[in-house]
Amino acid sequence: MKQRTFIWLSLFPAFLLLGVFTFYPFLRGVLMAFQHYELFDQRNIDFVGLDNFVTAFKDSKFLTALENSVYWVFFSLIFQFAIGLALALMLKKQYRGRGVYQGFVFYSWALSGFLIGLIWKWLFNSQYGVINDLLLKIGLIDDRIGFLSDPHWAMFSVIVANVWYGIAFFAIMLLAALQSVPAELYEAADIDGANAFRKFFNVTLPYIMPTIIATTLLRVIWIFNDPTLIYGMTNGGPAGSTHVLSSLLMERLLAGNYGMASAIGVIMLAILMLYTVFYLFVTKSEKVGDF
Amino acid sequence: MKAKAATLKGLKILYLALHMIVMAFPLYWIVVTSLKPKREIFKLPITYWPSTFTLDNFNRIFTVSKFQVYIMNSLFVSIVSAICVIFISILCAYVMARFTFRGHKQIMLAFFLTQMLPGFISLAPLYLMMSKMGLTNTRLSLIILYTTMSIAFSTIMLRGFFQRIPSSLEEAAMIDGCSRISSLFRIIIPVMLPGIASTFIFAFVQNWNELFMAVMFIDTNSLKTLPVGMNSFVLKFDIDWGSMSAGTVISVIPTIIMFAFAQRYIVEGLTQGAEKG
Repeated sequence: MKQRTFIWLSLFPAFLLLGVFTFYPFLRGVLMAFQHYELFDQRNIDFVGLDNFVTAFKDSKFLTALENSVYWVFFSLIFQFAIGLALALMLKKQYRGRGVYQGFVFYSWALSGFLIGLIWKWLFNSQYGVINDLLLKIGLIDDRIGFLSDPHWAMFSVIVANVWYGIAFFAIMLLAALQSVPAELYEAADIDGANAFRKFFNVTLPYIMPTIIATTLLRVIWIFNDPTLIYGMTNGGPAGSTHVLSSLLMERLLAGNYGMASAIGVIMLAILMLYTVFYLFVTKSEKVGDF
Repeated sequence: MKAKAATLKGLKILYLALHMIVMAFPLYWIVVTSLKPKREIFKLPITYWPSTFTLDNFNRIFTVSKFQVYIMNSLFVSIVSAICVIFISILCAYVMARFTFRGHKQIMLAFFLTQMLPGFISLAPLYLMMSKMGLTNTRLSLIILYTTMSIAFSTIMLRGFFQRIPSSLEEAAMIDGCSRISSLFRIIIPVMLPGIASTFIFAFVQNWNELFMAVMFIDTNSLKTLPVGMNSFVLKFDIDWGSMSAGTVISVIPTIIMFAFAQRYIVEGLTQGAEKG
């Protein structure tokens, strides 16, 4: 067989599937954002220009979701990253039982957002929830808090759950990066008489920077796009106070309002593209696209 | 100086212990809840260790809501699609690792791009396509979509493993008269088995956990996967936390076991894929 034939035959199945079931529906979805398209009203499908977008920006639920998305991504990312990095630094040295310990603190990574949502819904339960019980016991609160039923607390609660969920990802990736720092670099720093603080900022941090940039970029996209945790935990409630864009999109989609769902998707895509370009520009990194 | 180092070490151990408790506790709590009788779950003060252990909750989900059917569906869909993914991705990854050709860079970019697309834009058109093809409410629809979903990532991961195997290995085999394909399957793939296994597990776990496609495409109870089963469970028995916990415990067991085995290789694969791009 000629090499060229081998190459293209090997790639063909992937091309076929990705073309038909990823790229085509994606483009069709973008088009749908400009249509009035309701699953249960298929006789009245027509192009309506920017109507869906106008409707979205007039909808207070959408505006809340937009605002929530900012909190959701920002606080989830900051805490996941900070705690994940601290953990990776502490786990860097080899010691007995590290493998078992890692298993315990990394397992959350293997679970689905939906199940994490359900588990935390139970932990945060206002009547029989263990978190209320523990807070009462140590005297931090006098009355049970409706973590998921009180709009003031609900967004805070879903973010706590999401931070818990995402620490492992950062810890794993950063730990792998830390372990790849060549020992000679530290030896050289020792000879120069650098203290731990200097070593971290002048050796460790620059070396793992590409990993930090790639993981934070990916993670923002992932947190922004994934509605499953919120779906499992509050389904956007109470009264829409925990909807982010992705969960609102899902709600519209499951209700059969395809035009509106697609419009929200296109808005999300635009935000992500702006963010990615900005981020790559600020970090001066072209290599991240390779991830 | 020495005292300071000791304090630092003590603080570190304290932190690691606390962290472990915070990570392990939610799972502990779900297991404990699943083993409590209903009246104890909804009783104050809360008990941190069940006064009586019972398997009632597990019994209930297997008799009332046919959890065994969901488990079989999930296993079937997840395993079949993970196998398809491995076959398709091995070929892709091999070609992408060993050859440079026109369009090579663009193809790699397209693979990375699929990872960034917000997949939910595609869900509505996918539903319409599947219903035109008469595939809605079939396990085949999920197998096709789950396979497609994992191809790009698995290719990126497997490519990292291929790149670590010197190409002299198959060149030697080809000089001895092996064809490229037989040297790939007889020489290279056996060396790469750990990488393939971890890619398989990664794809499997993703499929096992997938919720929204399954919710959109499957209506019939006997075809539901575990996440869909759990979802209808939440809607149906609004606050039956005993059943919920039992269902959760069963759903997380396979993924936790698999990750425990494959964790090391998955991390290697991820970082290889990331570094060598």
